[in-house]
Amino acid sequence: MPELANPTGWLPLIFMVVMGLGVLVYVVLDGYDLGVGILISLASEAEKDAMIASIGPFWDANETWLVLGIGVLLTAFPLAHGIVMGALYLPVAAMLLGLILRGVAFDFRFKAQDSHKPWWNRSFCAGSLLAALAQGYMLGLLVVGFERSARNMLFAACIGLGLAAGYCLLGAGWLLMKCDGDLQRRAVVWGRQALWLTALGIVGVSVATPLLNRQIFDKWFAVPNIFLLAPIPALTLILFIFAGVALRSLPSRFDRQSHGWDWVPFAATVAIFILAFHGLAYSLFPWIVPQRMDIWQAAAAPESLILILAGVIVVLPVNIAYTIFSYWVFRGKSRNLDYG
Amino acid sequence: MSAIVPDALIASRIQFAANITFHILFPAVSIGLAWMLMYFKFKFDRSTDAAWMDAYRFWVKVFALSFAIGVVSGVTMSFQFGTNWPGYMQTVGNIAGPLLAYEVLTAFFLEASFLGIMLFGAGRVSKRVHTLATFLVALGTTISAFWILALSSWMQTPVGFEMRGGRAHAISWPAILFSPSFPYRFTHMLLAAGLTTAFLVAGVSAWRWRLGDRRDDVRAALRSAVQLAALLIPLQIVVGDLHGLNTLDHQPAKVAAIEGLWETQRHAPAILFALPDEAAQTNRYEISIPGLASFYLKHSFNAEIHGVKEFPGAHPPVAPVFWAFRIMVGVGLLMLVVAWTALWQLRRRGEPGSLLCRVLVLMTFSGWLALAAGWYVTEIGRQPWLVYGVLRTANAVTDAPAGRVGLTLVMYLLLYAVLLVAFVSALFHMARKAGTSPQATTMNAVADPFRGDDKQSGVDNHA
Ligand code: HDD
Ligand code: HEM
Ligand code: HEM
Repeated sequence: MPELANPTGWLPLIFMVVMGLGVLVYVVLDGYDLGVGILISLASEAEKDAMIASIGPFWDANETWLVLGIGVLLTAFPLAHGIVMGALYLPVAAMLLGLILRGVAFDFRFKAQDSHKPWWNRSFCAGSLLAALAQGYMLGLLVVGFERSARNMLFAACIGLGLAAGYCLLGAGWLLMKCDGDLQRRAVVWGRQALWLTALGIVGVSVATPLLNRQIFDKWFAVPNIFLLAPIPALTLILFIFAGVALRSLPSRFDRQSHGWDWVPFAATVAIFILAFHGLAYSLFPWIVPQRMDIWQAAAAPESLILILAGVIVVLPVNIAYTIFSYWVFRGKSRNLDYG
Repeated sequence: MSAIVPDALIASRIQFAANITFHILFPAVSIGLAWMLMYFKFKFDRSTDAAWMDAYRFWVKVFALSFAIGVVSGVTMSFQFGTNWPGYMQTVGNIAGPLLAYEVLTAFFLEASFLGIMLFGAGRVSKRVHTLATFLVALGTTISAFWILALSSWMQTPVGFEMRGGRAHAISWPAILFSPSFPYRFTHMLLAAGLTTAFLVAGVSAWRWRLGDRRDDVRAALRSAVQLAALLIPLQIVVGDLHGLNTLDHQPAKVAAIEGLWETQRHAPAILFALPDEAAQTNRYEISIPGLASFYLKHSFNAEIHGVKEFPGAHPPVAPVFWAFRIMVGVGLLMLVVAWTALWQLRRRGEPGSLLCRVLVLMTFSGWLALAAGWYVTEIGRQPWLVYGVLRTANAVTDAPAGRVGLTLVMYLLLYAVLLVAFVSALFHMARKAGTSPQATTMNAVADPFRGDDKQSGVDNHA
């Protein structure tokens, strides 16, 4: 690790944090709308409209966080961008295919001929699922340092499924907050199913990762570390139980017209994602291409990084402010999408 | 290896070209329409004439569609640099990085966040905030064009940097941002976006007119679009001319290819038609006007113009540049004739005649054609350089196996073909349907966004 007092030392660290933030916010925000997209396959025609209305004003801005994350990789770590993208060439293409399909299907299903609508619904759902699977698969390959043995690819595929389940959980939590009536009750059912799958996924990943990657094993199970890190799995477990209890109690709350807890499953899921993300970040640090290139080796020249940093400091808070503003404008239960 | 690399190079180039060509079609419409919608809104606020609101309500749907396709194809673009051109960021990442980063920070977040409010927020925010949101989206698209064209211009005319250890390092950011070709490129591109939109709006409105849909909003949109086109096209021709003169200073090999001149010569002819023959380094079936090129490039019939042969091994392929340029200029001249005839007719008769309508319908996508052709002149004309004089395209390409690049290439081509057809067919479907939907005059819900109650008016406006 280079001298941290030097710009060449601390600048890459900062950009790693910004990139991490971009990816984390992306996973949570686009996660819920990809999840809603996947769940659409289970919904009736009227419910589909309501579900899509609940994400309509947001999905584009959500996706922008991916552009930020990938943008930091591209601009602050230009030497790694090519290697990472090269190693992930096909899954990236699959993800882009998914994102393109769902992004346009969202609009076309309202605007194209009625007879085409079922096709756009299908592309919306399939695109969401494909994007989620591909993202999880890429994450899996990253964890194993892009080594494509059969075992590693199986592992990556399982992470893909786990992430898709996690997105469904986020999506169900989102619908609980933004919808009402029957749809809300169905979201509870979806949420409970997704909760199990997500838990299974997280346990699987947590067990398999240290087994597949020796360095990560040493990082977690060396002596002081294991105690310092224990709160992460413990808290995750508590949150899962909490979300499960909340989901179980919701239908009877709905019967009593009580909606004070509608937000709980979503919030708990977000917290789970944040914890899982930190566990992962700890496992991978400081590598950007595991075991090959660390963040300092990959970084752009300091004079360029300083310039970007100035922009980040000045502009990113503003961006966050109007993201919040936009969520505030569309607070409460969602309504029909109405171009005015 | 050497057997594989050229194929991956070709496949990567086609893939990148296909992606960016598809992408640019939609930003051009988004940029132009965003400002046009601002104008409709402004007219409505001023006159409270419901026709403007109806025009807004129709075109905002087209805008939403075009914006969505622009976004998803743009996300694809930001991955392409790494997947297909790793050598690009490795060599000039210190320059390209900050420019792209500022685009994300200052433009993408702005447009994406306020888009939701612009499209779906009219019932939730005050009129003023809604207008502000519309303005910020339009501003965002334009800021985005600023950064990406600054980068593109720097790649054409790189200045303000030095090479250290094989990597470019910035010396002067103002010089990089405002590289010599930037002012021309930025203006030319924004005008192109305006023209593309003007002809799109005019074409679709004329199509509705021909169907017998003669309501006030169709008339208002048609008239505004024709006025805009008539205003912008002369400007575009002047700016394009200046742009070419600037290119002559910085990239003489490109101008030689544009003009189709092989030999360096005085009294150089303007070639109207020819089939450039790369192998024999000469033109076949040439029709030309002697001396004219010397005149419009150097303002003297006797001036010397460099030919392609002057730049052995460092000039672009002649035929595509030569032809793309003629397509762009041809469309531009056609636009001039059509826009001014249409303006004159609308002034005199108050409504378009049937021949004019037909021509406008045919010209609906003429902007796209000129736009793509223009970019092909610029980008193919830069070959064999990726960054002019600094980095060769062949040195930046991915070492991914050609088969893999080929596979994704086929995927993108199929996808884009489907989406283009879907966009055009949805556009005309919406236009047909708009003729049968209720007008704003009957929808006080929209005319008055301050309606107190939160309930929907019960009218489904998705059509
Ligand atoms: C002259 C304009 C222009 C040009 C040359 C380009 N773009 Fe673009 N791009 C836009 C103008 C634009 C735009 C107007 O800002 C968007 C937003 C909506 C739209 O339709 O286009 C857009 C969207 C857009 C997005 C999605 C932004 C979001 O999430 O909201 C990305 C990531 C890119 N672009 C990236 C690129 C890259 C990497 C390019 C070049 C290689 C590129 N664009 C060329
Ligand atoms: C938006 C309109 C644009 C269009 C239609 C366009 C078109 C093209 C075409 C046709 C090529 C292939 C040229 C060849 O290989 O012969 C190309 C290459 C390329 N362009 Fe563009 N381009 C556009 C904008 C940009 C911008 C804004 C950038 C960067 C900031 C850019 C960067 C590149 C790169 C990196 C290549 C690949 C290398 C090469 O083949 O030259 N392009 N583009
Ligand atoms: C009719 C007169 C026109 C002239 C003389 C003209 C001239 C030029 C020249 C010389 C270039 C290439 C510059 C270079 O790369 O060095 C160019 C590029 C371009 N043209 Fe035109 N043009 C004309 C009309 C149009 C029209 C009508 C459109 C679109 C509606 C258009 C869109 C473009 C675009 C998008 C580019 C590439 C981006 C850029 O370099 O700015 N042009 N034009």
